[in-house]
Amino acid sequence: MSDSVTTPSESSRLTVALIGNPNTGKSTLFNALCGGQARVGNFPGVTVEKKVGQYQFKERDITLIDLPGTYSLSPRSADEMVSVDVLLGRQDDIPKPQAVVCIVDSSNLERNLYVFSQIRDLNLPTVLVLNMWDLAKNRGITIDVDELRQRLGVTVVMTSAHRQDGIEAVSEAIIQVVEDEVTPPPRLFPEAFYAEVEKLSAWLVEHGEEPAHFYLHERMLLDVRGASEEATNKENTLQLKEYLGETRLRLAAEGCRIPAIETKLRYNWIREKLDGVMVRPASDQTLSTSDRIDKIVTHRFSGILVFALLMFLVFQAIYTWSGPFMNLVEGGQNFISTTVEGWMPPGTLRSLLVDGLIAGVGSVIIFLPQIVMLFAFIAIMEDCGYMARAAFLMDKLMTKIGLSGKSFLPLMSSFACAIPGVMATRVIENRRDRMVTMLVAPLMSCSARLPVYILMIYTFIPASFIFGWLPLQGTVLFAMYALGTLIAIPIAWILKKTFFKGETPPFVMELPPYKWPSPRIVFDRVYDRAKAFVVRAGTLIFSVTVLVWALSYFPSDHSELHNLSIQMETIEVTAPAEQETLDQLSDQHNLLAGKLIRESYLGRMGVAIEPVVKPLGWDWRIGIGALASFPAREVVIATLGTIFSLGGDTDEENPGLRSTLAAATWPDGRPLFTVPVALSIMVFFALCAQCGATLMVIRRETNSWRWPIFTFTYMTVLAYVAAFLTYQIGTAIGG
Amino acid sequence: MTDEAHSMKTLADLKQVGDQVRIVEVHGDDGVAIRLMEMGLTEDEEIELVGFAPLGDPIEFSVRGYRISLRETEAARVEVSD
Repeated sequence: MSDSVTTPSESSRLTVALIGNPNTGKSTLFNALCGGQARVGNFPGVTVEKKVGQYQFKERDITLIDLPGTYSLSPRSADEMVSVDVLLGRQDDIPKPQAVVCIVDSSNLERNLYVFSQIRDLNLPTVLVLNMWDLAKNRGITIDVDELRQRLGVTVVMTSAHRQDGIEAVSEAIIQVVEDEVTPPPRLFPEAFYAEVEKLSAWLVEHGEEPAHFYLHERMLLDVRGASEEATNKENTLQLKEYLGETRLRLAAEGCRIPAIETKLRYNWIREKLDGVMVRPASDQTLSTSDRIDKIVTHRFSGILVFALLMFLVFQAIYTWSGPFMNLVEGGQNFISTTVEGWMPPGTLRSLLVDGLIAGVGSVIIFLPQIVMLFAFIAIMEDCGYMARAAFLMDKLMTKIGLSGKSFLPLMSSFACAIPGVMATRVIENRRDRMVTMLVAPLMSCSARLPVYILMIYTFIPASFIFGWLPLQGTVLFAMYALGTLIAIPIAWILKKTFFKGETPPFVMELPPYKWPSPRIVFDRVYDRAKAFVVRAGTLIFSVTVLVWALSYFPSDHSELHNLSIQMETIEVTAPAEQETLDQLSDQHNLLAGKLIRESYLGRMGVAIEPVVKPLGWDWRIGIGALASFPAREVVIATLGTIFSLGGDTDEENPGLRSTLAAATWPDGRPLFTVPVALSIMVFFALCAQCGATLMVIRRETNSWRWPIFTFTYMTVLAYVAAFLTYQIGTAIGG
Repeated sequence: MTDEAHSMKTLADLKQVGDQVRIVEVHGDDGVAIRLMEMGLTEDEEIELVGFAPLGDPIEFSVRGYRISLRETEAARVEVSD
């Protein structure tokens, strides 16, 4: 800031990074500072979310960068390297921060200060925020803040972000520290270590590397097989690995054993700084209450009971309670469609508006009730501390299938809908576990598959009993739900052995003391998730819906169909008594609509793929139905209705649709739908990735097209093979 | 893990809730070992067994004034003495 020629607007601009342990209220502080205004994206090439907020304070424009919650600044992966890169100004799309705000949980200072001690090594102006000050005070923990400030050599601010307490003081501190001189970082390591780091720096420059920050070279020595080594030394052309190995041996000989030395020295330093500054009460009421709750909540029997009850609630919420809200969305969509239909005569434009645009918006908003419900539950369970216990309870079970305890909730939610399920994988910090969970989540039988199962089962599976007591229809329904779940196990196993292999990630997890959830935190999280879905996945879902509309509309000539619609609409208004004429017109209309969809691009594709779907026992009509439902499987019922000339306004309970399907034949008169065909359709729908919205959410969550394409491919192949086997084996047995 | 891992006493050997031990060393230099150390499981630190998950794994401990859950395999990396 010594440059005297900088313009006023430049000098008033400040870039500040926000970092801290998970569960310290970092997002809450971020929202409180920026007033909820943030641009959310991804850092290029990694799955780390980039959240940047802007606000003004005392005529300074402050840009706040929210870094992912972390226990340390010792990057072991490209994802973790992002935070170091941002802090050192090595991230291209972000200016180098002029200050860093480190937020800690005041009631858990000792462990929280670990990452702070690493941040000090960056030699940046630093503000230490003691958050959850109110909670620490209630627990009887006392901290001598003035003394702490003296000892640590940084500005210290107390906040209770969830109550908006102390927020302004943070901004004050930020604009103050950039003016102050930075206290040099403490030299915790033996001099021999620093000498080796300097030697390494010189050695790297000698070998043609750009000079880099001291901290990066510290990390190279301290992190065995760490990310800073990886980043400089992709091919090991420098023989850096050997160099580091030798250096570490030399240091070990001098009693400086890597990696244990770092944690030991830093924790010793922390303890020394906190000695006499922080005093815990002899008996911590919160901890003992929390332990008492844990006695019940993690108990062998009552724990499982509480867990099952809560999961049942969550499932009910997304499966059942969201129903009325989804109906409301549907009702709203219908109302708008009808209104538009009242204003405009039938035609291409009206069809685009109603079946393309309005249906497209509807197909995005329809998921909001489920997303809001699930994330409200997750936010409450996270904030009160139960989430960690749920993972604690389920971990052993989930490790048996290669996942971790944190995978349970996202997978279970996917039985209602994979979209909130995939979004919920964010609770899994480990990238590999998170990816595998995300990629198998769409195999769980979601609520949109149920109509297909119901239509097929109640039309084609006899209502008989196995062994005289087990209802066959219910058993088939259960089998369909079990199918996806069971197949997910080997798929997860294969993914772990192929794309996501490596050392088993640590499942070292903090179990925070229970507390009452803060309404503000819950609201913020739900709002964040809902907004992210609508803004970032919604646009893609919308586009897909419009595209499918176009494929099923063009290039057929719809003028006759529009004429029929006009006639029907006229009669409805002028002579509603002429039911017979109306019925006739309606039949003509449905017949023509069926013909038009056959002639559309989509229909032609369906006809073209008949040879492909024939081994599954399907004709081209079922083929079109399956094709049309790739963007959203629930449309298959309406599409089948249209193709079989019953009109699109049908559902799985419709007796007309059922009898038409039962009567449908091949050209040679054989019945089209047999039990093996019905089963093959159901198996196909159970396993196929027929949900554009899920794929778009996977794209958003992984920040790459690779994974949605992968998911689509493996699920479609799986569905095809399984449907093929079902039909062929079923036919061979049944004759 | 090496063979000596079987002869030494580790956190995974604790059976009685309330047992207090002192950490001798976290074995290994991989991600798991480093995470354990970063979470405060360092030499000479006291650690107490708080409880087990219903299937006996993971295990809950108290260290540095907070509660932490470790899998049995992770707990077995932490050598302790009474």
